[in-house]
Amino acid sequence: MEIFAQQIVNGLVLGSIYALVALGYTMVYGILGLINFAHGDITMIGALVSLTLVQLLAAAGLPAPVVLGLAACGAMLVCAALGLSIERVAYRPLRRAPRLAPLITAIGVSILLQYSAALVWGKQYISLPSIIEPVRFTLFGAQMTLLQATIFLLACTIMGGLLWFIKASRMGRAMRATEQNPDVAGLMGVNTNTVIAFTFLLGSAIGAIAGLMVVLYYGIGHYFMGFMLGLKAFTAAVLGGIGNVAGAVLGGLLLGVIESLASGYIGDLTGGVLGSNYRDIFAFLVLVLVLVLRPSGLMGRHAGDRA
Amino acid sequence: MMPLRGNPLLHWTAWLALALLLLAAPFMIEALLGRAWVRIADVALLFIMLALGLNIVVGFAGLLDLGYIAFFAVGAYSYALLASPQFAVHWPFYVILPLGAAMAAVFGILLGAPTLRLRGDYLAIVTLGFGEIIRVFLNNLNRPVNITNGPQGITLIDPLQFGGFSLAQTHQLAGLTFTPVHNYYFVFLAGALISIAISLRLEDSRIGRAWVAIRDDELAASAMGINTRNMKLLAFAMGATFGGVAGGLFASFQGFISPESFHLIDSIMVLCMVVLGGMGNVWGVVLGAVLLTALPEALRYVGPLQQRWFGEVFVDPSDLRMLLFGLALVLMMLFRPSGMLPARRRAPGPLPAAAGKAHGNG
Repeated sequence: MEIFAQQIVNGLVLGSIYALVALGYTMVYGILGLINFAHGDITMIGALVSLTLVQLLAAAGLPAPVVLGLAACGAMLVCAALGLSIERVAYRPLRRAPRLAPLITAIGVSILLQYSAALVWGKQYISLPSIIEPVRFTLFGAQMTLLQATIFLLACTIMGGLLWFIKASRMGRAMRATEQNPDVAGLMGVNTNTVIAFTFLLGSAIGAIAGLMVVLYYGIGHYFMGFMLGLKAFTAAVLGGIGNVAGAVLGGLLLGVIESLASGYIGDLTGGVLGSNYRDIFAFLVLVLVLVLRPSGLMGRHAGDRA
Repeated sequence: MMPLRGNPLLHWTAWLALALLLLAAPFMIEALLGRAWVRIADVALLFIMLALGLNIVVGFAGLLDLGYIAFFAVGAYSYALLASPQFAVHWPFYVILPLGAAMAAVFGILLGAPTLRLRGDYLAIVTLGFGEIIRVFLNNLNRPVNITNGPQGITLIDPLQFGGFSLAQTHQLAGLTFTPVHNYYFVFLAGALISIAISLRLEDSRIGRAWVAIRDDELAASAMGINTRNMKLLAFAMGATFGGVAGGLFASFQGFISPESFHLIDSIMVLCMVVLGGMGNVWGVVLGAVLLTALPEALRYVGPLQQRWFGEVFVDPSDLRMLLFGLALVLMMLFRPSGMLPARRRAPGPLPAAAGKAHGNG
């Protein structure tokens, strides 16, 4: 039972990171109907930028909270600028092109980001200097560190804030209008270009925070880390119902728990035949199962049919 | 590639000259550039087969497959397991190659069936995932029962063998020396020509026209009575089959395979061949495959050049290759979406927007 509680806690913490990344996929998909393959790699850039900043600032002897705060700000700035320019250069000109074109540019941008990162940071794993003393405590029989708790609570705060923002603010209303029908939204005086650019900015900045969290959680960063993270976050978005922001949160948390439980118990269930080295396949299985059984996801409104 | 239409004599002479050129090519390449380039020519022919397979999926049917190399891996491992000391079975190639092709097709259908009734984008992400997941399996299926031998890969794979004529040995025929790379050149040439022939015939067939119709407007295609799901599935399975055959040939050619040969990078490389050459144009894809096989070889010289000019290697040539591929994908889509040699059926100028989710009736 203790192991069970432990896996749930681990899953929720990891899942909250997946959820943050999934928000970026789902917002862009909701508005443009485009899978932004580059989003996982934007998160990776956020992770590596914050890693470098932490290294530099920690070497300067600043206290840990200041270091992390500054690293988060720096990563958000870089990623927001990156998201904006990618949208402007690679996606906007293709908004009315055949479906295949933006998908191919998206994968091209993703490759470009990966190998630019390999150029800047090298291909080896980069480890985080230990700036935070692990503070452990027990919650419902499960071990937890203060860091994990902070990640989870911060992620929940960001998600709650975003939901409120989309529901209540003027820009949020414009985003919802653009999602429903960009042409009509334009006729109603919404500057859809601004709204789309803002969506990319917001998604990328949130992705940057998620990147920092991944780095803090695992303690390492790598130029290819965005790939699996992106795939899992996309799965989370589909699980929750792609295009639905609350769904992405739910899907992310659920996927984290599923993955954690599955990789924790797969050894026992199969009598040691399959081990946790199969961890990465669960997200994929979930993705395929959702597409077979309920393509609209848990909270989606309509099937992801070609509309 | 259409030499001198109209004059039958010249026409046939031109074709004959082309055929002779292709047959003599390995010896000319060896004389001019060295034997290493004969091997590169072999690989180029293999990539022509792969790229033509992907072209059926992406070019004809308009479905984005980002994990195409997985089918190549399925074919290669099918061949390797059934013709190596791994299980101590040594079946002949004419049994295993079709078997590997069938295996790849089965995987294609398994993967395509749940996704192809949905929007095309889902296929892209599912194939992207599958391409990586298959490596997880190949890497880990060495226990509890050793099937794939894990990360070490499978060695001592049987070469192709026609009767007593082994392609892995050097033969003297008619005063010419046929080394293994020469032998495989002719097999791969035959494979590539067959693939080209199949692609050209498919393009003009009822099936090919149905694919193009689906690519250009799925709704209209289904209104015309095309069973779009089955047609898409057929395209996907057929593309996988090409990959499976090429994979089997690759395994026999290399004699060794490991999971590392089937990376996302390789899927992207084949995709680049199709996109740069011209999606849907068979000759464009052939050109793309040849150019993109030769280019990385040429880029190898960039490393030493950097060393000489700057005293150190700033950009690893293989990374440079990937940067160029990524850039090429973006720039091609922005400025010349139909590739170097555009497909004939495509209307000149921008296509009418395929009915997108959010911006359909613009």
